[in-house]
Amino acid sequence: MAQHQVNYTSSGGLPIALTSVDHLVNWGRSNSLWPLTYGLACCAIEMMAAGGSRYDFDRFGTIFRASPRQSDVMILAGTLSKKHAEFARRLYDQMTEPKWVISMGSCANTGGMFNTYSTVQGVDRIIPVDIYLPGCAPRPETLQYALMMLQKKIRKESANMNKNTKQNLRLI
Amino acid sequence: MRKYVPKGNVQKQSYYTDRFHVVPTTPREEVSTDAVYAEQLEKLSAKVEVISSRIELNCMVVEVNHVDNFKALEVLKEECGYAMLSEMSAVDYLAKDGNFEVFYQMLNLKEAKRMRLVMRIEQGLAVESVVPLYNSANFAEREMFDMFGIVSNNHPFMKRILMPDDWEGNPLLKTYPLHGDEFASWYEVDKIFGKDAREAIGPENRDEAKIERYDSKRFSRVGYEVPFGAELNAENESKTEIEYSKTFLVDYNKGDTKQLKERK
Repeated sequence: MAQHQVNYTSSGGLPIALTSVDHLVNWGRSNSLWPLTYGLACCAIEMMAAGGSRYDFDRFGTIFRASPRQSDVMILAGTLSKKHAEFARRLYDQMTEPKWVISMGSCANTGGMFNTYSTVQGVDRIIPVDIYLPGCAPRPETLQYALMMLQKKIRKESANMNKNTKQNLRLI
Repeated sequence: MRKYVPKGNVQKQSYYTDRFHVVPTTPREEVSTDAVYAEQLEKLSAKVEVISSRIELNCMVVEVNHVDNFKALEVLKEECGYAMLSEMSAVDYLAKDGNFEVFYQMLNLKEAKRMRLVMRIEQGLAVESVVPLYNSANFAEREMFDMFGIVSNNHPFMKRILMPDDWEGNPLLKTYPLHGDEFASWYEVDKIFGKDAREAIGPENRDEAKIERYDSKRFSRVGYEVPFGAELNAENESKTEIEYSKTFLVDYNKGDTKQLKERK
């Protein structure tokens, strides 16, 4: 009976991959970014289009989740009114670490055209934002690009989230 | 950013300053010119005191005392066939006349007639709710309470409808600033983080064209680029030469590009 003999050092390389923990963890994190299904205004239509079959977020490993407990990314898609700010923050707090935030569209970034008493003038007043995505409304490609930028950012970060510098709002 | 002007007497100021401008007015007719309206007005004036009446843009406008609103609407619904209350709200004439105008816009589906019942009411007084007559008045009266602070008596659920319950101020008053007052500008910060966080978060930026020259995190001045987050002030700001790539700017006058000697 022939003995099964494999010489790992000579025949086609080692079945071992050498990597760092940071790289491995961030590979996992960045390729399975699950955003919260959370639409605020018309930007949500573009977000839905990005999730649909034509633009297909699933190929990035991005699957919309209906619960903040299961999500990693919060896409703030649309105008955030002052009445709703409290609940947006509560949903953000319910998300488990590590978590990231994409502010989608002019209204979420700065208040946009709604320079009025009832609109939050930029969601970064209440939630720390990682990616600001300009546009009114941004096209689905732009949201894809923002997500890819976020993946890039995550890959550069440390796997230990305490080492990453974030906006101070996370500490409040 | 636009300069802040006090808006207390905004209605007394002339909005349009063109001296050749003539304020457009709509023609007003006597109610007696329309037989249907004249008959309806007769029924109405039999029950309540009518202060004034006219036909404007094919719509009868009748002014009554604010204490008679329920009785007037009852007559209009039961006897005159106005089955639908399409809209009701108020208009702020506080600076001009010292009162609000509350209006009820109604539609008679059978005779295809529209009419508006208006009444003047001083600030602080309440109107009688017309929810028992028209269900559509339920949300409309809540909105009137939210936006103007006019309370409807005997309303089933007198509560703010658009603004949060703990909101201060009535946003549709002419004196309410568009960008919000002190309370409005800190509302979400106070509610989520508490008043102590005001200093850390800072006031709202209402100027969409604002550029902070020495903020190296959000802005970068062309020709004066510094690394992200670097400390920057008027002293240490220094000009850096911009490097353009060769593919971006090609000087065709120099001979280092490939050019055909002659056309083949």
